[in-house]
Amino acid sequence: MHFTRLFSDRHHIIEEEVHFLHILAGLCIMMAAALRGSLVTLAKGLTGTGPQWQQLAARSLSMTASLGGPEAPPARADATFKVTMVPGDGVGPELMTAVKEVFKAGDVPVEFEEFHLSEVQHMDSDEKLEQVLASMKTNRVAMKGKINTPMEFKGELAGFEMKIRRRLDLFANVVHVNSLPGYSTRHNNLDLVIIREQTEGEYSSLEHESVPGVIECLKIITREKSRRIAKFAFDYATKKGRSKVTAVHKANIMKLADGLFLQCCAEVAELYPKIKYENIIIDNCCMQLVQNPYQFDVLVMPNLYGNIIDNLAAGLVGGAGVVPGESYSAEYAVFETGARHPFAQAVGRNIANPTAMLLSAANMLHHLNLEYHSNMVSDAVRKVIKQGKVRTRDLGGYSTTGDFVQAVVGNLRHRPMY
Amino acid sequence: MASNAWRSMLSHVVGAAKRPTVCSRSVFSRGLQTVTLIPGDGIGPEISVAVMKIFESAKVPIQWEERNVTAIQGPGGRWMIPPDCKESMDRTLIGLKGPLKTPIAAGHPSMNLLLRKTFDLYANVRPCVSIEGYKTPYTDVDLVTIRENTEGEYSGIEHIIVDGVVQSIKLITEDASRRIAEYAFEYARNNQRNSVTAVHKANIMRMSDGLFLRKCREVAESFKDIKFTEMYLDTVCLNMVQDPTQFDVLVMPNLYGDILSDLCAGLIGGLGVTPSGNIGANGVAIFESVHGTAPDIAGLDMANPTALLLSAVMMLRHMGMHDYGKKIETACFDTIRDKQVLTGDLGGKSKCSEFTEEICRRVRDMD
Repeated sequence: MHFTRLFSDRHHIIEEEVHFLHILAGLCIMMAAALRGSLVTLAKGLTGTGPQWQQLAARSLSMTASLGGPEAPPARADATFKVTMVPGDGVGPELMTAVKEVFKAGDVPVEFEEFHLSEVQHMDSDEKLEQVLASMKTNRVAMKGKINTPMEFKGELAGFEMKIRRRLDLFANVVHVNSLPGYSTRHNNLDLVIIREQTEGEYSSLEHESVPGVIECLKIITREKSRRIAKFAFDYATKKGRSKVTAVHKANIMKLADGLFLQCCAEVAELYPKIKYENIIIDNCCMQLVQNPYQFDVLVMPNLYGNIIDNLAAGLVGGAGVVPGESYSAEYAVFETGARHPFAQAVGRNIANPTAMLLSAANMLHHLNLEYHSNMVSDAVRKVIKQGKVRTRDLGGYSTTGDFVQAVVGNLRHRPMY
Repeated sequence: MASNAWRSMLSHVVGAAKRPTVCSRSVFSRGLQTVTLIPGDGIGPEISVAVMKIFESAKVPIQWEERNVTAIQGPGGRWMIPPDCKESMDRTLIGLKGPLKTPIAAGHPSMNLLLRKTFDLYANVRPCVSIEGYKTPYTDVDLVTIRENTEGEYSGIEHIIVDGVVQSIKLITEDASRRIAEYAFEYARNNQRNSVTAVHKANIMRMSDGLFLRKCREVAESFKDIKFTEMYLDTVCLNMVQDPTQFDVLVMPNLYGDILSDLCAGLIGGLGVTPSGNIGANGVAIFESVHGTAPDIAGLDMANPTALLLSAVMMLRHMGMHDYGKKIETACFDTIRDKQVLTGDLGGKSKCSEFTEEICRRVRDMD
């Protein structure tokens, strides 16, 4: 194949020589495959170091790495980043598998440390939680699926997700709501950023039954956290070149609580004269989002409203399968999907849409300063969506998760190489 | 049973957008009913006049008692509504209200809140049906949001614990949850709705929303003919903007109800075309338009009376005057579908009086 094209110009090459070279090439490839196969089985036998071995084996024996042109990054084993991975419940494990496959195919120098933490499947325990937190503190970057919070009141009011959030102080949740080119919804060309405070507010898990039949749930708003999230929102807007920040509240009813939040936002807004600041009441905001979402740019809000608006905005561009999101603290970053649903009814059926998780993984690579790989992954995903041939069920197609991942992997290899 | 069959046949026979009815009241005689009318502020007086004119041309046997609602301080310093308004409402049991101004720092709670407390208006019902002729990106919307209106996050109990830390209390009680669940199922049964969905966040607020959910489940046991489902609030929001046709009747506590009912209003075209009714504990029912007072266009004859008109139609159905309600509603929808005479917010250039006149003309032509 490759050899015959080179030799076809030379007319005096005898057919037997070409034939011999064919056999030699074939033997080489077969040997390489056999060697690779045995290495892979060896690697599978070694638990814990499995991923690293696989990556090494793939790199040394694959042809593409050696043919890499001037654009190819230095793919060296000692430059791998370690990232904590918590697949979570529902379709989380399937989505994480998709990410790992795409990373492997793209030779991304990232190594995942997996932890299986789940409240529903009785894999929970405090030691497990401590392990996860310790790993996150060392690696500082994590990818997470949704850990389902069961509804039965088992004596504890805060689920695992809330505990992780509080312990790592992941106070800001950023969801990127971007319309996907090639997939049209009722509102196209949307570009919103939703910033949500996620450690206090309505999710304080402080509930008690004061009198039988009467339950009180406390919503806590503090000046310090409101100021922090407002400052985060304005800093984010400045860094990304956004022009407007809108605070979402219900201060006409909850005068003290949301009033404090609003006041903090207004105070911080004065420090950023270049960014326009507005505020809007939550119910009006929901109505405006379905009628005219283009009037918004960056939205900042307390916990519960954030949950509502995240999901609403995700629905506007195509659902929970296409919107990536991340959570930040001062030291850690956790990458996950924007609308967090375990999607339990899709488990095992291979129908979940991995777009959100893949785009979030691309964001993570950008965060790790692996620009080349980040663009490679996100370009491949966008290309597949734009082509429209391989689409999962939530976008109106019939493909499986596996098909989609294969399509993305296929588009990875077709990056222009010199 | 026979009346149910008759009503369903009627709704099949008459083509246009199905308006859900509140339970019919056979207690009213065939004479002249009195209804308390609260015009409200801003554009309130103009649209009330418009509704009265349309009712006159349809010859509806209703006489209006106009009352004003401004907060006055009663004995003991408690804020309350004027006693003549209260007396009128207690007598007539039916009210139609225009938009009321909610001052932000006037020292007294909002008027809507006062009315709610005075008459114990525990259920807010908002049917959202797509209007033919008023195009929105969402077609075929046909759902009803029933919202608990007395407690929940809007209990108004807030404290400053220390400087910089505020706590707001969300109250959920067994009685209120049971009452609203019962109302929701009754409404579904009386209006031939198939399913009731409880909207909650019991995975996060395990005790409070858990109690609400338990009560809904208990009440669902006694209404086996209606399908009962439960869904998380964020899932509802996600699915509502993608496919609103999957929802039928939604029941929920106060805050979620506020947000979702406005979201659904946005799906069909905004607050200018959405009717709303509040049901109270002692048989009192107040129907209102939920938009604001629009002080910028007050007095300029530019207001759109559709919301108040559709609420009045809802009121007629509640009182059992289905044929009058149908007539007025059809006239209103035909006018909007024709697009000849529309007010500014519907995309036209006519004045409020012209729009009203057009509807009156159609109503008169129908006789």
